[in-house]
Amino acid sequence: MRLGSRRIGCAVALALGLAGTAHAQPAPRARPRVVVGSKTFTESVILGEIAAALARDAGAEVVHRAGLGGTRVLWDALVAGQIDLYPEYTGTLEYEILAGEGVHGMAALRQALAARGLRMGPPLGFEDGYALGMKAETARRLGIRSISDLRSHRELRFGFTNEFMDRSDGWPALRARYRLPQREVRGLDHDLAYRGLDAGTLDATDLYSTDADIRYYHLTVLQDDLHHFPVYQAVYLYREELAERTPAVIDALEPLAGRIDADAMRTMNARAKLDRVPEAQVAADFLRRELGVADHSIREDRAARLWRYTREHLALVAVSLGVAIALALPLGVVAARRPRLGGLILAVTGILQTIPSLALLVLMIPLLGIGAPPAIAALFLYSLLPIVRNTHAGLRGIPESLRESAEALGLPPRARLLRVELPLASPAILAGVKTAAVINVGTATLGALIGAGGYGQPILTGIRLDDVGLLLEGAVPAALLALLVQAGFAVLERAVVPKGLRLGREE
Amino acid sequence: MLELAGIEKRFGPTPALQGIDLSFLPRETVALLGASGCGKSTLLRVALGLLVPDRGRVTLDGAPMDARSAPLLRRRFGYVIQDGGLFPHLDARGNVSLMARHLGWEARRIETRLRELTELTRFPSDALERYPAQLSGGQRQRVALMRALALDPEVLLLDEPLGSLDPLVRAELQQDLRRVFRALGKTVLLVTHDVAEAGFFADRIVLLRDGRVVQQGRLDDLLNAPADEYVTRFVRAQRPLVGDPAP
Repeated sequence: MRLGSRRIGCAVALALGLAGTAHAQPAPRARPRVVVGSKTFTESVILGEIAAALARDAGAEVVHRAGLGGTRVLWDALVAGQIDLYPEYTGTLEYEILAGEGVHGMAALRQALAARGLRMGPPLGFEDGYALGMKAETARRLGIRSISDLRSHRELRFGFTNEFMDRSDGWPALRARYRLPQREVRGLDHDLAYRGLDAGTLDATDLYSTDADIRYYHLTVLQDDLHHFPVYQAVYLYREELAERTPAVIDALEPLAGRIDADAMRTMNARAKLDRVPEAQVAADFLRRELGVADHSIREDRAARLWRYTREHLALVAVSLGVAIALALPLGVVAARRPRLGGLILAVTGILQTIPSLALLVLMIPLLGIGAPPAIAALFLYSLLPIVRNTHAGLRGIPESLRESAEALGLPPRARLLRVELPLASPAILAGVKTAAVINVGTATLGALIGAGGYGQPILTGIRLDDVGLLLEGAVPAALLALLVQAGFAVLERAVVPKGLRLGREE
Repeated sequence: MLELAGIEKRFGPTPALQGIDLSFLPRETVALLGASGCGKSTLLRVALGLLVPDRGRVTLDGAPMDARSAPLLRRRFGYVIQDGGLFPHLDARGNVSLMARHLGWEARRIETRLRELTELTRFPSDALERYPAQLSGGQRQRVALMRALALDPEVLLLDEPLGSLDPLVRAELQQDLRRVFRALGKTVLLVTHDVAEAGFFADRIVLLRDGRVVQQGRLDDLLNAPADEYVTRFVRAQRPLVGDPAP
C-alpha cells in the first residue's frame, strides 16, 4: 500500500508539475512546515484559519486544509500525521472519538491523547454544544420551550446531521433519555437542515450553540432540561512531534486560551456565514483586534483561485484517466479473448462502479490518506468500467468474417490485434474513454471532500456558506470542462478512428 | 499438392464433415458443389486451418496443418469469401498490401505487386485509395481477389465469391475469374451451390451432401453417370429455365 500510494503521489506530483505548479514535497529548508486541518463547517474553518495565521506569524510555512471532512477524517489524518493540528471539541473526544474508553475530564483526556502521540491545547473559552432548534414561530405556536415539550408532539419531523444520527450521545441517546415518540427522522447535511426548517419541510434539527444561523433563520434553541448534552469545549489538538519540531508554533497558540467566548465565536461565524467575509479575513481581524497579530493571510483574487482549482481538477482527471486507460485497455482485450476471465473482469469492474462515490472516497482514506492520491485512486477505479466494457464490446462486435479474414491471411495474433481488431474497435473504445472522462470530470468535484481540491472546493464552500455565487464558481467551470472534454473527443475521433470507418457510419 | 485425409468435424451433435478424403493437384480448379449446409464452406475452412477437424489431417506438400504451422502455411493460401471480408478501416491498397507490409516488404516491391494485381484483376488503379464503403460489390470482390493473391500463393480458396453480386456484374466477374485462374495456373478450390458456375470454372466437381462426398468428376459425369438419384435431382433442379448460362 505504501509503495502504491507513493507511486500515485509521484504521478500526481508529475502532473501538477506539468500543470505549472510545485505541490511536490519541498526539500527541507529553514522554515518549518505546519499542516492545519479543519472540519466542514464554518466555525472549524475559522478556528483553523486562526491557528494557521498564528503559526504563520510564528514563522512557519502553513498549509490549511480547510473543510477537509468530518470528525473521523480529521482525527485519522491527525493520528496518521497527514495534518499536524486541528480544532476539536472535548465532548466529541469523550463521546465519539474515544467512546467506549470511558475517558472523562481534561486530565484523563490528555492522558488518552498522549498515549497516541497527541496533545491538547488549553480550552479556547467557548463551548459549542449540541442543542435542538426549531423555528421560533413554530415553537411559540406549539408552546415548546424545552426538549421535554417535544414529547407531546409526535407528528413533528426531525432532520439531523448524519453525525448526530450516529453518535453515541446523539439522536439514539437523546430519544431514550427524553422518551421522544417522533418517527419521521432523517439524516442530512447540516446546512440543508437549516434550509429544510426554513422551507417548512422539517420541524426540528440538531445545531451547535454558536451557530450564526440561529439568528439568521430565527430559531429557538430548546432547553436541554434533563442535561443530556455534554459540554463541548473548543480546543486545538496537535501532534506531540509538532511541539518538538516547532515549539514556537505551539507557544503562539498559547495566548488564545480563554480568549474566544461564545459571543465572539458567534459573531465570527455570522461574519463568515452571513456577511460572506472570507474565513481568513475573519480570523485575521479577530487576531489583530484581540492579540495585535499582524495580518499575514494570503489572498487570492478570483482568477488566481479559479486557475488553482482548474489545475487541481485537471490533475485529478488527467492522472486517474491516464492510468485507467493504460490498465483498462489491456483488460478489455483480455476480457474479449478469454470469455471466462472476461466475465470475471467485467463483474469486478462493474461492482466497483456500484460503490457510491462518496463511500469509495472515504474507503480510500485509510489506504492512501487525504488529498489528491485517494481521490485519484477512486476516480481511477470509476473510470475502469466504461473503458473495459467498451473495449470488450468493440472487439467482440467485430464480424466473424473479418476476424477470420485476418486469420486466413496468416497474420499472427498480435498483428491481428494491432492492425485489424483494435482499429475496428476504435470507435467503441474511444466512446468508452469519453464516457469515463465525462464521469470523471463530474465525480472529481467530490474529491474536495477529502482535501483533493479542484472545482469541488468552491462548491462545498458554497453549500456551507449558502453562497450561490461561490457554488457556481465551481459548478460552472466543472460543467464547461465536461463540455470541453466532449468537444475534445469529437476532434480526437477524427485523429484516432480510421477514415474508412467514419465513411461507413456516415452512409 | 493439397491433401485432406479422413476429415471428420462435428458442431455439437451435428456432423458437418464425415470421412472426407480429397486430394487436389497443382494447376487444378475444383468446384465444391452442394446445397446450403452440406459442409462445403466448412471443408474450405478446415483446409485453411481456421477450423480444427475432430479427426483426419490436412497437408500441403506433405506439411501438416496444425495450430503451430497454420500461420505460416496460410501464407501459401489465398482466401476469398462471399462478401469479400475486406477490412473497412483500410482502403483498397491497404487491404491488398496488409500482409506484405506486415512481412516488411519494401514500398517499391509492394507497388510493383499492386500494379501486377490491378492489371490481372482489371481493377482501376485510381480506385486503390478508396475504402470498401466507397466501392461497388464487384470492385470489392476484385480487391478481395487481389488481397488473396498478394503473396502469390500456391492454393486459392474461394467461398461463394460471386454469391452476393447482381447478374450482370456476376457474369463479367465470372469471365475475369476464369481468365485469372487459367493465367495463374494455381490450385483453385471454389465453393458454390450453382451447378452452371461449377461447370463453367472447374476441371472437376465435388458434390457434397450432409458432409459426405456423393460424387466427383466432370459436369458431364454428373449429368450422364450420376452416382445416385440425389445427384440427378440436384443437377436437374438447377438446370437453367431458358438458354445456356455458360457462353
